[in-house]
Amino acid sequence: MSSNSFAYNEQSGGGEATELGQEATSTISPSGAFGLFSSDLKKNEDLKQMLESNKDSAKLDAMKRIVGMIAKGKNASELFPAVVKNVASKNIEIKKLVYVYLVRYAEEQQDLALLSISTFQRALKDPNQLIRASALRVLSSIRVPIIVPIMMLAIKEASADLSPYVRKNAAHAIQKLYSLDPEQKEMLIEVIEKLLKDKSTLVAGSVVMAFEEVCPDRIDLIHKNYRKLCNLLVDVEEWGQVVIIHMLTRYARTQFVSPWKEDDGLEDNEKNFYESDDEQKEKTDQRKKPYTMDPDHRLLIRNTKPLLQSRNAAVVMAVAQLYWHISPKSEVGIISKSLVRLLRSNREVQYIVLQNIATMSIQRKGMFEPYLKSFYVRSTDPTMIKTLKLEILTNLANEANISTLLREFQTYVKSQDKQFAAATIQTIGRCATNISEVTDTCLNGLVCLLSNRDEIVVAESVVVIKKLLQMQPAQHGEIIKHMAKLLDSITVPVARASILWLIGENCERVPKIAPDVLRKMAKSFTSEDDLVKLQILNLGTKLYLTNSRQTKLLTQYILNLGKYDQNYDIRDRTRFIRQLIVPNEKSGALSKYAKKIFLAQKPAPLLESPFKDRDHFQLGTLSHTLNTKAKGYLELSNWPEVAPDPSVRNVEVIELAKEWTPAGKTKKENPAKKFYSESEEEDDSSDSSSDSESESESANGEQDEEGGSSDDSSEDSSSEHRSDSESASEVGDKRTAKRNSKSKGKSDSEDGEKENEKSKTSDSSSADSGSEEESSPGSESESESESESRKVAKEKEKKKTKQDRNPLTKDVSLLDLDDFNPVSTPVAFPTPALSPSLIADLEGLNLSTSSSVISVNTPVFVPVKTHVLLHRMSGRGLAAHYFFPRQPCIFGDKMVSVQITLNNTTDRKIENIHIGGKKLPVGMQMHVFNPIESLEPEGSITVSMGIDFCDSTQTASFQLCTKDDCFNVNIQPPVGELLLPVAMSEKDFKKEQGMLTGMNEMSTVIIAAPQNFTPSVILQKVVNVANVGVVPSGQDNIHRFAAKTVHSGSLMLVTVELKEGSTAQLIINTERTVIGSVLLRELKPVLSQG
Amino acid sequence: MYTKFKLFSPQKMIHSLFLINCSGDIFLEKHWKSVVSQSVCDYFFEAQEKAADVENVPPVISTPHHYLISIYRDKLFFVSVIQTEVPPLFVIEFLHRVADTFQDYFGSSNVGDTLPTGQLSNIPWRRAGVKYTNNEAYFDVVEEIDAIIDKSGSTVFAEIQGVIDACIKLSGMPDLSLSFMNPRLLDDVSFHPCIRFKRWESERVLSFIPPDGNFRLISYRVSSQNLVAIPVYVKHSISFKENSSCGRFDITIGPKQNMGKTIEGITVTVHMPKVVLNMNLTPTQGSYTFDPVTKVLTWDVGKITPQKLPSLKGLVNLQSGAPKPEENPSLNIQFKIQQLAISGLKVNRLDMYGEKYKPFKGVKYVTKAGKFQVRT
Repeated sequence: MSSNSFAYNEQSGGGEATELGQEATSTISPSGAFGLFSSDLKKNEDLKQMLESNKDSAKLDAMKRIVGMIAKGKNASELFPAVVKNVASKNIEIKKLVYVYLVRYAEEQQDLALLSISTFQRALKDPNQLIRASALRVLSSIRVPIIVPIMMLAIKEASADLSPYVRKNAAHAIQKLYSLDPEQKEMLIEVIEKLLKDKSTLVAGSVVMAFEEVCPDRIDLIHKNYRKLCNLLVDVEEWGQVVIIHMLTRYARTQFVSPWKEDDGLEDNEKNFYESDDEQKEKTDQRKKPYTMDPDHRLLIRNTKPLLQSRNAAVVMAVAQLYWHISPKSEVGIISKSLVRLLRSNREVQYIVLQNIATMSIQRKGMFEPYLKSFYVRSTDPTMIKTLKLEILTNLANEANISTLLREFQTYVKSQDKQFAAATIQTIGRCATNISEVTDTCLNGLVCLLSNRDEIVVAESVVVIKKLLQMQPAQHGEIIKHMAKLLDSITVPVARASILWLIGENCERVPKIAPDVLRKMAKSFTSEDDLVKLQILNLGTKLYLTNSRQTKLLTQYILNLGKYDQNYDIRDRTRFIRQLIVPNEKSGALSKYAKKIFLAQKPAPLLESPFKDRDHFQLGTLSHTLNTKAKGYLELSNWPEVAPDPSVRNVEVIELAKEWTPAGKTKKENPAKKFYSESEEEDDSSDSSSDSESESESANGEQDEEGGSSDDSSEDSSSEHRSDSESASEVGDKRTAKRNSKSKGKSDSEDGEKENEKSKTSDSSSADSGSEEESSPGSESESESESESRKVAKEKEKKKTKQDRNPLTKDVSLLDLDDFNPVSTPVAFPTPALSPSLIADLEGLNLSTSSSVISVNTPVFVPVKTHVLLHRMSGRGLAAHYFFPRQPCIFGDKMVSVQITLNNTTDRKIENIHIGGKKLPVGMQMHVFNPIESLEPEGSITVSMGIDFCDSTQTASFQLCTKDDCFNVNIQPPVGELLLPVAMSEKDFKKEQGMLTGMNEMSTVIIAAPQNFTPSVILQKVVNVANVGVVPSGQDNIHRFAAKTVHSGSLMLVTVELKEGSTAQLIINTERTVIGSVLLRELKPVLSQG
Repeated sequence: MYTKFKLFSPQKMIHSLFLINCSGDIFLEKHWKSVVSQSVCDYFFEAQEKAADVENVPPVISTPHHYLISIYRDKLFFVSVIQTEVPPLFVIEFLHRVADTFQDYFGSSNVGDTLPTGQLSNIPWRRAGVKYTNNEAYFDVVEEIDAIIDKSGSTVFAEIQGVIDACIKLSGMPDLSLSFMNPRLLDDVSFHPCIRFKRWESERVLSFIPPDGNFRLISYRVSSQNLVAIPVYVKHSISFKENSSCGRFDITIGPKQNMGKTIEGITVTVHMPKVVLNMNLTPTQGSYTFDPVTKVLTWDVGKITPQKLPSLKGLVNLQSGAPKPEENPSLNIQFKIQQLAISGLKVNRLDMYGEKYKPFKGVKYVTKAGKFQVRT
C-alpha cells in the first residue's frame, strides 16, 4: 500500500491536494497577474500561449495563474479549450490543476468537458489507489448530466474496490451524483447498502454521510450494521464519528423503548414528549413492568462515552446530544464536564455550546450547577457570549446560590457594555419572579438602579419593575411614587410608557399623584412618542373611571388631542375610548362595563427563558441554533411504546457465522424440521415403549439447561420441536447435540446427518437406557447405548473433518495450491505440515533462542487467504499472489515464510523472474527465491521466501523483475502472521502470564451474540486471525492461546475469558506491546462480530 | 497540509467557502458543489454592520436560501455556505482546522512551489518511513490560570487549564508511554486521537504512537474543587472625580504564592472607559502605552523583583462635561512562570517501545495567566 503511494508522491503530490491546491496557489501566485481588466485580457492571450507551449514549466505557470483567478472569483471560462487539452498531461502537477479547473467550469462548457471523460475512465483503472480515487472524485465533481451513467458505473465499481480509500471516495461520489440527478436514488441506495456492510473504518463515516443525504428514512439498512458501527466508532476518523453518532441517535429513538420511564420524578420532562392523556396512562402502565435496556441500546451508550474525551468539539457535542436524547436520565450527568471544557475554545464554539447548555439547563438544573462559576462573565467576552452565559446563570439560579449570583449580577449591571447591563436587569427580574425569597431584595436593587446615570439601565429597570409590581401590587405605593418622579427625567419611551401604565393600573393607590401626572402628560402629549401617547390615553381613561371629578376635563382634553393625532392608531384608540367611557345617547350596553373592561385584573407576565421552547429540536443541530426548522432537518422521533423486533440486528452475526462454519445456521431450520417429521415417523413405526412422561420431563429439564448454556434462540426453538414429540430417539438427539456443542469445530449444520445416525442409535439402543443416560449423565459408564453413541459421535467427527476439508480443498484448488492441502487440516487434528525431520531441525533451532517452555508447535489452522502481490494488469500479464503458510521458515529462524505463486497470463513465455532491488526498513531482512528461468504461458509456479519483519507490521517493498520489466511490489504482514504457535501447558501459561502483567498486559471487553462465544467459534476466529497455538484449558469459560513472535521469540499470550451475559474479556500478555496492541485491535472486531 | 486534509470529509457538507478580509473584500472562494454567487456574502456584511464589533458577528446566519456559518480568525472571516441541516459545530470546527492549516502553511516562510504530499498509512496520523539522525521527544506542560479576582482581592473563580504539547522527532514507529507522578490531578482530559483511551482508563498512562513533529497531546482541566494558587496580587486605586475632568490611577503588582519562582513577562491591559481622553502615568518599571482611539492601556512590566514592587501611577484626563464612569475598568493580567506547573502535575517517565534506539527526552513546565481578570 504505502510503496505505491510513495511512488506516486515522488512524482508529485497526492491527488487530493488539488482540493486545496487552489487556495495555496492563489496566494503564492504573483499578484501582478490580477491587475486591471485590460491587462487581464492581455494576460489571457499570454496564458493561452503558455498552455500551448511544449514546456511543462510554462504550462504549470499558466495553470497556477488560472487556478489563482478561479480562487479569486474571476472568470476564466474562455480558457477552457486551451486548458482541457492538458488533462492527459504526464506531469501530475499540471494534471491536478487542470482537474481543479475542470471541476469549476465543466458545468458551463459541457461539450468540451466531455473530451476529458475518457481520461478519467482510464484513470479509474489505474493500479495506484490514489489515482483511482482522485479520478473518481473529479469525475463525480463534473456536473454534466450526460455523464450520469458513467458516474453511476464508476461508483459501482469503486464501491467494490480493494482499497478502502477508493471505497471511501465512492461513498463521497454518491452524494455528488445524487445532487446532480436524484433519479438515480434507487441505484445509489443499492451501493449505499453494499458500502454500509464495509468493515473499514475509513469507509464508515463517508457512507453514513451518504446515507443521511440520500435515504435517511431507510432505517432498515442500518439494522444489520448497527453493532458494527457501534464497535467501529472509536476508530473512525473524527468527522465520520459526528455523522455516525447523529444517525445512531435517530436510530436508537426508533428502535428502543424509552429508558426514562423508570426514573421517577422526571415527569416534567416526560410531558414534553408525551402530550396526550392516553399516552400518559400507557406510560404509567408500562412503568409497572420492569424495564430492561436492550443490550444494543447499552452498547451504543457505552461505546460513545470515550469520545467525550475527543479534541474535536463537534464530536463531544455529538456524544452529548446522544446522551441527552437516548441515555437514562441518571447517566446524562457525565456530559456536563466535557461541555464545560469546550467553553475554553474559541468564541464560535462557545456560542454553540452555550446555546445547547442553555436548553439543557432549563430542564435539568442539577447537571450544570457544579459548574456555575464557569459561566461567570468576563469583561472581555463578546456580548453574544455574555448574554448566553447570563441566560444559563439565570436558569441555574436557586435558593442556595441566588445570593452569590446577585452579587455577581451587581458587577454586571455596572458593565460598560450597556446592552449587557440591560440584559442583566432582565435577568434579575427573572430571578426575582422565580425565587420568591429574593423578590424583595431584587426589587430593592432594581429601585436603586432607577437612580443610575445611564438611561438604558434605568429604562430597563423600569420595565422590569413594572412586571414585578404587577405580580404583587399591594404594598408598593412608595416605589410607584418614586417612579412617577422619574417621568421628569427619563426619556426612553418604553420606560415612560411603563411608568404611565403602572400609575394608571394603581391609580387608586396613589390618588394624589395620578391626576397630577396626567396633567403633566396632557401638557407634553403632542411631543411624546406614540407608545407613550397610547399609555397617556390609558391613564386618562382609568382616572376618568375612578376619579372623574378631578380628571374629567383633562381626559376630554387628551381625547381631543388624540382625535387629531397624525397616527391613525392613536386616532382609532381615541375614538374607541370615547365611545366607551363618555356617556351619550348612542353609547351601548358596553359603557356600563367600562370599568370592568379597563380595570380588570391583568395576569402578570411570565418571565421565561427564550430557550424554553427549543428543546423540541435535536440538540447540536443547526435547527436548534436557529430555533427554526432548517432545510433537511430530520425530526427525532418519540420513543416507540413497544420496541421493534431487536433480532433484526442479529442478521449479520448469523451471516458471518456462516462464513466461519462451512454450513450456517440458516440451514439449521431445515434439519430441525426434518427432525420433527422423522421423529413422527418413528413414533408411527417404533412407538409405545419409547414415550413415557418421566422421560419427557427429564428431557425438558435437560433442555432448559441447554437453553441456558447455549443461548441460541434458534436452537431453543428446535429443541422445543423435539420436546413436543417426546420420543426416546430425540432424547438421544439431544445428548449428541449437546456433545456436539462441546466438541470442537462442530457445526450444527450436520444435524441432518446426525439425525440419520441418531435414528440408527435409537433403533439399536433401547429407549430405557436412553432415559437412564438422561437422568444420570456420566454415571452410567458402560452402557451399551452410550458406547454406541460415542462410536457414532466419533464417526461423525470423522465425517465432520471430511466435510471441513472439502470446501477448503475446493478453495485451494482454485488457486492451484495443491501443496497446501494437508496443511489446511481442521482444528481438531493438526497434522504436521513439514516432514518430521525438518520439524525436529526447526525445534532445535528454536530451543537455542527461547526458553524451555516455548516449543514451537505446528499451526492449528492455516487460512487459505491469499494476498495480491502483483495484479496481472499492472504486471503486464505476470500475476503474483502471496500467502502465509504459517510454517517456521527454512531460510532463517527469525523469518516469516511467505509463499509466492506466480502466474503467467500472457501468451508468451516470461523469462528470468527474479527479485530486484529491495527497499526494506532498517533491520528487516529478506531471503529471496531463486530466479525462475522461464514461466510458460498459462503456467504457474509457487516459490518460497523468507522475510524477517523484525516483529513489526512494516511493509517489505521490493521489485519483482522479469527479463524486460521491473515491478514495485510490497508485502505487508498481518500481525497474526508474525507469530509462531507455541505448545504450552496451562500451568506454564499461567506462570508466564504472571510475569507479563502491568505494562505488558492489554485487555479489552468484547460484546457479541452468544453463538459467537461457543468454544469452536472462538477457536476458529482466533486461529484465523493469528498463528497461535491452543493451550488446553481446564475451565470451559477460558480459552488460552500461546505463540511467540518470529523475530524476537517473545511470548504472546492470548486469553479469552467469557463473562456473564454476552461479554468476554480479551487479554493479551506480551513484552512486544506494539504488536500485542495491534493484535488486540484486530482480534476484537473479529470476535465481537463474527 | 495535504496530509491533514486528506481524511476530512466536512467539505461534503459545506457548499462553498469565502475568505473575507477586515476591509470586506472577498479575496478567495472555493466551491465544493455548484458555484454560489459572491452576493450571498451580502447577508453576512449586513449582519456584520449590525454587530457592534467583529467579535459580535453571529456565527450562524440564516438567509432565504442558505445558511452562513462563519468564524473570525486572525483578522479574517471564513464564511461557509450551507444548504441543509448540519451540526453547526461540525462546520465551525472544520473552519478552524482550515485556519490552523493556513497558519501552519503560510506562517512558515518556506512556501514551496510543489504542493505538499501525503500518503495513506496504517496509522492515519503518522507517515511511514520517518527517519531522524537525532531522535528526540520533548514535552511542554503548559498550564494557564483562569481567574476572576474581585475588588477586594478575593478569588471569585479560579481554575487551571493545562495542555501538553509535544515535539516528537523519532524514527520508525515508536510506541510511547508517558506516565505521571500524580495523574489523579487531571480532572477532565481531551486526547489527541493517537492516545489509547483504554490504557488511560485502566492505568492512567498515556500510551500512543505519536504523530511526527509538533502536536497537542492532551489538554486537561484541574478540577476547580482544588484550591488554585494565585501567583500575583494587584493593589489598585482608580478614581474619577465628580464634575472634574481628571481622575487618579494607581496600580501596584506584587508576588503571592509563587512557589519561589520568578514571575516574568507581566503585562497589564486595561480597557479604559470611553470618556477617558488621555493618561499621564509614570511606571516605576517597564513602559506603558495608551491608545486614545481604542482606549486600551497596556503596561509592559517585565519581571517582579520583590524588593521593589512595580507600580504605575498618574492622572487620567476625562472628556470635560461628560458624566464620570460609574464602573472602574477590569485589569487583564498576563504573566509567565518558568519551570513550574502550578497544579503540581509531574511527569514520571517516558518509555519507548517498538524501536531500538535511545531517544533524547525532555520535559518543560510553564505556568501562564490565562483569562486572568482583576475587577476594580
